[in-house]
Amino acid sequence: MAVAEQIRPTTDALLKTGGPKRPANMGQYVRWALLFLGGILMVMPIAYMISTSLKWPHEIYNLKLIPEEPTIENYTFVLEDGRFYWWFLNSIIIALITTICNVLFDSLVGYTLCKFRFPGRYIIFIAILSTLMIPTEMLVIPWYLMSQQFGWLDSYWGIMFPGLMTAFGTFLMKQFFETVPDDFIEAARIDGLNELQIWWTVAMPLVKPALAALAIFVFLGNWTAFIWPLIVTNSVEMYTLPVGLSSFGDEADVAWELIMTGAAISTIPTLIVFLIFQRFIIRGVVMAGLKG
Amino acid sequence: MADLALRDLVKTYDKTQVLHGINLDVQDGEFVVFVGPSGCGKSTTLRLIAGLEEVTSGGIEIGGRVVNNLEPKHRNIAMVFQNYAIYPHMTVRKNIGFGLRSSSAPRAEKDKRIREVAELLGMTDLLDRKPDQLSGGQRQRVAIGRAMVRDPAVFLFDEPLSNLDAQLRTQMRLEIKKLHQRVGSTIIFVTHDQVEAMTMADRIVIMKDGHIQQVGTPSEVYHTPANTFVAQFIGAPAMNMLPGQAVENGAILLKTGDLVKADLPVGTGRQVTLGVRPEDLTDAAAEPFLEGQVALREPLGHETLIYVTTEMGEFIAKADGRRPPEVGATVRLGAEQENLHIFDAETGSALA
Ligand SMILES: Nc1ncnc2c1ncn2[C@@H]1O[C@H](COP(=O)(O)OP(=O)(O)O)[C@@H](O)[C@H]1O
Ligand SMILES: [Mg+2]
Repeated sequence: MAVAEQIRPTTDALLKTGGPKRPANMGQYVRWALLFLGGILMVMPIAYMISTSLKWPHEIYNLKLIPEEPTIENYTFVLEDGRFYWWFLNSIIIALITTICNVLFDSLVGYTLCKFRFPGRYIIFIAILSTLMIPTEMLVIPWYLMSQQFGWLDSYWGIMFPGLMTAFGTFLMKQFFETVPDDFIEAARIDGLNELQIWWTVAMPLVKPALAALAIFVFLGNWTAFIWPLIVTNSVEMYTLPVGLSSFGDEADVAWELIMTGAAISTIPTLIVFLIFQRFIIRGVVMAGLKG
Repeated sequence: MADLALRDLVKTYDKTQVLHGINLDVQDGEFVVFVGPSGCGKSTTLRLIAGLEEVTSGGIEIGGRVVNNLEPKHRNIAMVFQNYAIYPHMTVRKNIGFGLRSSSAPRAEKDKRIREVAELLGMTDLLDRKPDQLSGGQRQRVAIGRAMVRDPAVFLFDEPLSNLDAQLRTQMRLEIKKLHQRVGSTIIFVTHDQVEAMTMADRIVIMKDGHIQQVGTPSEVYHTPANTFVAQFIGAPAMNMLPGQAVENGAILLKTGDLVKADLPVGTGRQVTLGVRPEDLTDAAAEPFLEGQVALREPLGHETLIYVTTEMGEFIAKADGRRPPEVGATVRLGAEQENLHIFDAETGSALA
C-alpha cells in the first residue's frame, strides 16, 4: 500500500511531463528488446547456479528453475568439508596479493612510460602490448617448465608469479596517467619531491577510478582463474577455489550440485570487492585543481 | 632573495632552435615581466630557469651561483603555473603546505608558516576546503600561496592570470604587485598581455621568435621603442606606421606628398617608417601632415578614437571627447615632433 502510494506521484509526474505521449519508435522497441535479451542472458547462469545449488542430486538434470524439493543440504556439506576453507583461503590470498601487486607495478610502469621521455620508451611499450596477443594456453608450458626449474610448483608463488604484472593493466594505467596534467608533476618536482613521491602522492590519487577498475578486473580474473592453478598445483591443500570445486565428485560422476554450491559461495567475495571499488569508479576523477 | 642572470641562453628542441641566446641581468627584488606573442619562447625561458628543461647552451645564475646542472628543488625557486596546478585531492592547507613536505622543519613551525601565508592571502577561512569548492581567483591564490610558503629566492609566474575573467585579472594584478612590495622577492612574470606587462613590471623584456627585442622600464619601452615590433606590440591600439623617405633638413616625405618635420639623423633618400601612437595623432595639431575621412568613431569618454581612411590606408587618431568630428568628415591629422618615432624601413630599428 504505502509503496504503491509512494510510487504513484512519480509515475503520474512522469506521464504528465511527456505531454501528449509520443509513441515510442521502432528503434526504441528493438533497443529495449535487445537489452531485455541481454539481461536474461546475464542473469540465467546465475539463476541456474543458485537453483542447482538448492537441488538434490537426482533433480539436477531437470532444468526447472525452481527446485521441487529445495534443500540447503549442499551448503552444509560444502561448508562442513574442511577442504573448502583451504581453497577459499588460498584463493583470497592469491587474488589479494596479485591485485595489490598489479595496482602497484602496473601503475608504476604505466606512469613511467607515460610521463618520462627516454630512449626505447616506445619499443618497451610495444613489447609490453604485444604480450597481450599471446593466449594463456600457449604460455602455461613455459611457465610450467620455469616453475619446475625454480622449484615453484605447488606453491603460492608458483600460482601467482605469471600474473603479478599484466600488460593490460600497464596499458590501462598508462592511458589514464595521460589525463594527469604535466603541470601537476612539474609543480611537485619544483616543490622538492622525488619521482617516487610524486607518483605516489600526486599521480596515484588522481587516477583512483582507474586503479579501482584495475583492482576489480585483476581480482575477478585471479579469483576465477582455472587453467594455470590447475596445472601448477598438485596437492589438494594448494588448490584454489575453482580448481577445488571442479574436483568435487569423481571420474564417473560430476557433483554439479556441490560445484554450484561452492560457486555460489565464492561469488560473495567478488561482490564485496565490487561494492568496495565501484564507489571510486562512480565518483570519477575530479580535475578541479585545474583552471576556473 | 637573489639576483638572476641569463648568459647566452640557447634552447633547441630536437632540431628546432627556440631560444637564440638570451642575455639578461635581473636585480635582487626586481619585478621583471617577459612579454611577447604566443610561441616566442617565454615559457621555455621560464622552464629553463626553473630547471624543468635542460639548457642546450649558455648559463643560468641564481644568487651568483651557476644552477645549470641543479635539480629544480635545489634552485630555490618557486613557480606558479597557468593552470594553477593545485591538487584536487588535497585541501587548501595541504596544497599550501605541499612545498614544505621535503623540509625538515618541525610540524608546528610548518603549520605556523602555512597560517602566515594564508593570512597574507586572506585565505584563513578556506584552509580546510578542497579546490573544487573555490572560485577561480581563490584557486589562483592557493597556487601563489604554495609558491610563497617556502620563501624562495625567485618566483616564476607563467601566465598566471590568463584563466581569470577581466575583472578578476585586474584585481589579481594589483594583489600580486602588492605582494611583491611586501615580500620583496625577485619575480619573473610571463604574459602575452602588454597591459599586464606595463602595469606590473619594474622592467619589461619583450621577446619575439626566441630573441629579446628590448629590455627596459615600462616608460622606456613605451616612449623609446627599439624597433617597429616593440612599437606596435606595446600600447593599444597599436602605433600607426607610415612609410616615408628621408629628405633635406631631417624631414620625412610621405607617400602622399606631405612633408613631416622631424630631426632625422640619416642621409636623404633613406626609406623610413614613421610611427605615431593613436593618442599622439590628433585632428587639432598645429602642423598636420595627413588628410582623410573619418570612417568610425570609438568614444572612450574623455576622448574619442577616430579611424581615419587616407590614401595610405587606415590610421587611428585621437579627437576631443565632447566634440569629435562626424563620421565622413574630412580631418587633417598631425602630431608633436617629440612624439614621432622613426624607424629604418628595412631593419625596423629605431633611428630617432
Ligand atoms: N617540448 C617541446 N618540444 C618541441 N617544441 C617545443 C616544446 N615546447 C615548446 N616548443 C616550441 O618552442 C617555441 C616556444 O614555446 P613557448 O616557450 O611555450 O612559447 P610561449 O610561452 O612564449 O608562448 C614554440 O614554437 C613551441 O612550439
Ligand atoms: Mg607559454
